[in-house]
Amino acid sequence: MSAATQILAVTAMNIRSLPRRLGSSSVVIIGIAGVVAVLVSVLAMSTGFIKTLSQGRDDRAIVVRTGSSAELVSVLTNDAVLAIADAAGIKKDPNGSALASPEALMIVNLVRKDGTESSGAFRGLTAEGFAVHPEIRLLQGRMFTPGLAELIVGKSAQRMYRNTEIGSQLRLSGTNWTIVGVFESGGSARESELLADAPTLRSAYRRGSSAQSVLVMLQSPAAFQTFKDAITSNPQLQVDVAKESDFGAQQSDQISKILKTVAYVVGGIMAVGAIFGALNTMYSAVSARAREIATLRAIGFGAVPIVVSVFVEALLLALIGGAMGAALAWLLFNGHSVDTNGGGFQGQLMFDLAVTPALVALGIIWACAIGIVGGLFPAIRAARLPVATALRAL
Amino acid sequence: MKYATLIWAGLWRKKARTILTMLSILIAFLLFGLLQGINQGIKSGLSDTRNNRLWSVNHMSAVSSMAVSDMTRMQTVKGVRKVAHMSFFGGYFQDAKNAIPAFATNIDNFAAVYPELRITPAQLAAMDTTRDGALIGRPLAEKYAWKVGDKIPLGTSIWTKKEGGNSWEFNIVGIYDATPDFSRGPLGSGFWINYDYWDEARLYDPHRVHQFIIQIDDPSKAAAISAAIDKLFENSTEETKTQPENAALQARLKQLADINFIANSIVGAVMFTLLFLTANTMMQSVRERIPELAVLKTLGFSGRRVSALVIAESLLLCLFAALAGLVLSMGAIKVIGSVFGPGRLPEAVFVEGLLIAVALAIVSGLPPALRAQRLNIVDALAER
Repeated sequence: MSAATQILAVTAMNIRSLPRRLGSSSVVIIGIAGVVAVLVSVLAMSTGFIKTLSQGRDDRAIVVRTGSSAELVSVLTNDAVLAIADAAGIKKDPNGSALASPEALMIVNLVRKDGTESSGAFRGLTAEGFAVHPEIRLLQGRMFTPGLAELIVGKSAQRMYRNTEIGSQLRLSGTNWTIVGVFESGGSARESELLADAPTLRSAYRRGSSAQSVLVMLQSPAAFQTFKDAITSNPQLQVDVAKESDFGAQQSDQISKILKTVAYVVGGIMAVGAIFGALNTMYSAVSARAREIATLRAIGFGAVPIVVSVFVEALLLALIGGAMGAALAWLLFNGHSVDTNGGGFQGQLMFDLAVTPALVALGIIWACAIGIVGGLFPAIRAARLPVATALRAL
Repeated sequence: MKYATLIWAGLWRKKARTILTMLSILIAFLLFGLLQGINQGIKSGLSDTRNNRLWSVNHMSAVSSMAVSDMTRMQTVKGVRKVAHMSFFGGYFQDAKNAIPAFATNIDNFAAVYPELRITPAQLAAMDTTRDGALIGRPLAEKYAWKVGDKIPLGTSIWTKKEGGNSWEFNIVGIYDATPDFSRGPLGSGFWINYDYWDEARLYDPHRVHQFIIQIDDPSKAAAISAAIDKLFENSTEETKTQPENAALQARLKQLADINFIANSIVGAVMFTLLFLTANTMMQSVRERIPELAVLKTLGFSGRRVSALVIAESLLLCLFAALAGLVLSMGAIKVIGSVFGPGRLPEAVFVEGLLIAVALAIVSGLPPALRAQRLNIVDALAER
């Protein structure tokens, strides 16, 4: 028999005998499924968080005051806002006015559905500002009327907070705001916010005419450099400029780092435990097959087919476990919404966990790695099994 | 205890398997200790009932400012001993990534309200004479190798100076050593600057602060005093929200994420996996030893005694490995603890861990033990 046929024959025989060792084999499967499920779920949280925050267009830029890591701590005077809107590189609407949106951002205390209070973001936009945010789309109700204390609520915000149905009123710092509409914005962080008319919002909060940030629509993604140069070379402006997607990604940095650390540390420790479990199972699988292996060796089978058969068994179990773990994470958590207060003082943010194909692949790779390590030493033992003793012992 | 040798021998019958099982139990309890320790540690740090401080912030949000003069009105509420205030400086050193927990405060009152920080009278006097002085916590000083007399330039993401720019320079006049619990917390590595100096020099929002810390005489009256303070500002343009310090901290943590839920789900997943693994190993170990157990029975051991031996072995395995895992997690929490509250494994978690280990031993040892008890000697010896 050629080596390949030997390998095939022994492996097939071994796999056919797997159901008899189901009890102990399930230790490998369940152990690895646990590791992969935890790893993938926690990473899905980080992926979902990044996805929500870095949702932004390449041809849109945000301007904040120098050193402001979050919009909320930034203040731009009216003069600064006008100077920014004048800069080169900004797209113009058909009437020739620049597509720039000075935005006001407040943090307000809102009551969550579970009764606890949390900080929510309340953004003020001007009528022209909506041209910079073409992705904002009303789902229900109508747009707020400038000058009136009316607001529209993001669909995630509506899920998070009490009293946010159309027609109900929210009392925020002495003003009663009426909710007149619900909006979506392509899954971005805006969906966790409340939106109102900027001048009305600013006067309710006695903020004068200042803005927190200016969002501009660029002529093209390549026009960013032109715009940035124009802004930074203006001595009257002390501001930072970033592409919207980069600004968001930078804000998600801290939380996603924490989540990744948790995923890899907890997943890593669990993986070590699963390796011990796999080693245990594979060792006992080898000892249960001792007589069979010894017989095969006695009638002329080489050591390699035996090693391969143990390896294939370990890998197969690992793959089943990995697939189960990833499937479990996907079934339980994909699209599951959680909310956190991260990325500076930007208010409570709701996002969906995202079990992406890349995460599933990562989980399967981990599973295979555990299977390989768990199968290695038992495979070596199987190959070294002294034929005569093994035959006699049983 | 005369069976100790027998149990011991049974445990080490297959060395490799016992060691691997022990290691996986150890790992599981290490994780359990870490996650529950952090989880409970945060809670227990918060529920310190001796705490006699209230936090009062603008009802609109914790980052909105309030008039500093509110302090005088709060002082009039019965049961209030002393009021301090603090404001976020939003500082960073050299790069916005190196955030410095810098706060402006009236340091005399602040030190009185937080005796845990152990700020000395000499340090207070130094702050009094140096307007641009700063008092910093030992851990912060060590991190950046700052010492008394250093001039530290801090950038801020919030405050522009009247004279322009957002770079502020402070003179370090003292380094304080907080109590162990506090020195690991955020206040223990604070960077405190003089409110008066900062308020005069900043461009906007004058005479306003972010938070009041109110020291009260009797912690049991915290709820009533909080309500009385909020009543003072009711229907004014700036209502306050006053809460005991613990409750305020807990609410902030809850906003970050439901740590409890995450920790519990992971611990649940780990424990399930582990139970499965150990139970399997125990059953397998007993299955292989059926003839040996039959020999014991032939020698006159009763069925109950044989099953007790099996359970004892399982207990020994689980408890020893769990203990090792918990001790390891204690060490690990000490190292990383500074990030999450008090930095020690609460005794309750330790006891809980040991109880789980006992339960694990019984659940995984019981089926094989029952099997050993019901063993028919003749069949078992013949390996039928």
